[in-house]
Amino acid sequence: MFLLLTPALAVIVALLVVPLLWLAWQSVYHNGFTLENYRRILTEDIYWHSFLQTFRIAFIVTAATALLGYPVAYVAASLPRRWSIIVLAMVVLPFWTSVLVRAYAWLILLQRTGIINSTLKSLGLIDVPLILVNNEFGTVIATVHILLPFMVLPLYATMQKIPAELTMAGASLGGTPSHVFFRVFLPLSLPGIIAGAVLVFVLTLGFYITPELLGGGRTFMVSMLVSRNVELYNEWGAASSISVVLLACVFAIFWAASRLIPVERLMGMR
Amino acid sequence: MNIAKNIESVGVSIRNARKSYGAFHALDDVSLEVGAGEFVSLLGPSGSGKTTFLGILGGFVQPTSGSVFLGDRDITYAPPHKRDIGIVFQNYALFPHMSVGENVAFPLRARRLPKSTWPARVRDALSMVQLAGFEDRRITELSGGQRQRVALARAIIFEPRLILMDEPLSALDKQLRENMQIELRHLHQKLRATIIYVTHDQREALTMSDRVAIMNRGKIVQIDTPVRLHDHPTDSFVAGFIGEATLLPVEQAGAEYVKLGSYLLRSAHPVPPGKEIFLAVHAEKLLIADDTDDGFLNRMAGTVTEVLYQGESARVFIQLDDGTRLSLRQPSNHTGLTKIKSVGSRMTIALHPQDTILVPKASY
Repeated sequence: MFLLLTPALAVIVALLVVPLLWLAWQSVYHNGFTLENYRRILTEDIYWHSFLQTFRIAFIVTAATALLGYPVAYVAASLPRRWSIIVLAMVVLPFWTSVLVRAYAWLILLQRTGIINSTLKSLGLIDVPLILVNNEFGTVIATVHILLPFMVLPLYATMQKIPAELTMAGASLGGTPSHVFFRVFLPLSLPGIIAGAVLVFVLTLGFYITPELLGGGRTFMVSMLVSRNVELYNEWGAASSISVVLLACVFAIFWAASRLIPVERLMGMR
Repeated sequence: MNIAKNIESVGVSIRNARKSYGAFHALDDVSLEVGAGEFVSLLGPSGSGKTTFLGILGGFVQPTSGSVFLGDRDITYAPPHKRDIGIVFQNYALFPHMSVGENVAFPLRARRLPKSTWPARVRDALSMVQLAGFEDRRITELSGGQRQRVALARAIIFEPRLILMDEPLSALDKQLRENMQIELRHLHQKLRATIIYVTHDQREALTMSDRVAIMNRGKIVQIDTPVRLHDHPTDSFVAGFIGEATLLPVEQAGAEYVKLGSYLLRSAHPVPPGKEIFLAVHAEKLLIADDTDDGFLNRMAGTVTEVLYQGESARVFIQLDDGTRLSLRQPSNHTGLTKIKSVGSRMTIALHPQDTILVPKASY
């Protein structure tokens, strides 16, 4: 039986585990053992700022996908199966176009002379174009768009398993629709919110192309720090140490979330 | 605080309720009057409209036409949370993220009653269902029977004017189910609440109810006391549905006589009108005849084809001389069992004119 796992396992070990170990090694070895790279992360402002900004963006994106995704998942879960599949298909559809294409599409929409600004201008709502892109705002909008399915799908999976009888019981016992929602439905959908939030948060932490294209150099996320260190300064040690710290953060988040809900649920297996 | 003293039960009146899905009538012009404090069961095969009926009462299904009155209040279009109807669902529908106490207190919280009044009322409701002291248990720690009781406590704590139960015992094993039936019956007497109980288990319906409504194809076919239902079925559907009845086509042969093959049978009840008439023979009402029997019994003779011993009784299959097959049930006491003839031998059976039940063919 376990032989069936061997090919996949071999690929994972060769292409993921080995490079990761090599990365970790790089971060602490440069002409002898050194913690210089880590000291720099802790002491230099640019690193601190980047990590702070990355976490802030991840937090905003997570909150925004939750607020936007919850109603969608709710509608999909309460519709008859045939219709809910259509709603979910519409949520997943953007998956089939590349992240790069979508980032450029947002650029076209949001830039100074873009569709949104020119429309607002022609309607007389604004005189000076709004700065919608080449900043954190543009990064957040595009990232939310790309990661929304990762929030909607776990939410839908959880909601769809909440028996309709429970909300009916809540109503028959005297609960108004909002009382039943906040006391019964929302608490029972919490595992889906946590699962979706962890996925979106962790994916945002590592986002690269979107902030690179839409951040306009003002948004400096951790992934870009890694890329600069390698491409510009050829500093593999610095890049490796940043990656290791980011990976540690991700593990910490997963560990914290797994204390709240079972791991298999976090992975969307249930 | 005492739930039993505070429940002010009212009657329910369903008038010409109809629910149509296109050309299909899930509920077809149904009317039902339930008196205050009465225990009425809805009994019928699956798809007979019981669930739709319950949905209309609970407010989860909008009737296509007709109206529902609770006492003198028209609740046809009232939303579920404004009906004051306690519902016990088939799968209990307990809230898994709340403790037993929180589940039972839910109706109090929903009604924004002062928090200080909750503990006493929760205690009272739980002791009504013999779960005193279970407040802090998790739902997952409870057995099926205990969950059932929690659901019951939650449905009665707000002193509803009507209690609906949707097959509440169907998930329990036989022994527990029979105990719960008796307990529910006692609870009903204690609360004096109006109860409408949906089931597909006729024994359950007959055990607990003041009256039973038999449903079929979206209609109430007959509503009567358990005894009347058993002895005076209105047509062949009810006769075949209640009890272990064999329906045999017979021909009218006078005001109180019918012919079953070559046998002339006398009935104590008037022969129903119509061309197609059936004799409904309940297995437990057929007797094994001996010479001491009274002369006025209807007698038939046949051959024993099979004897099944079933514990508390034995079922005997007989083929009459004209080929008609019947079965009778004999209690398995010594006297009863010794009367049964061995397979292949001749036996005379008797049916009391009072038990000679004649029904017209169901018209649907």
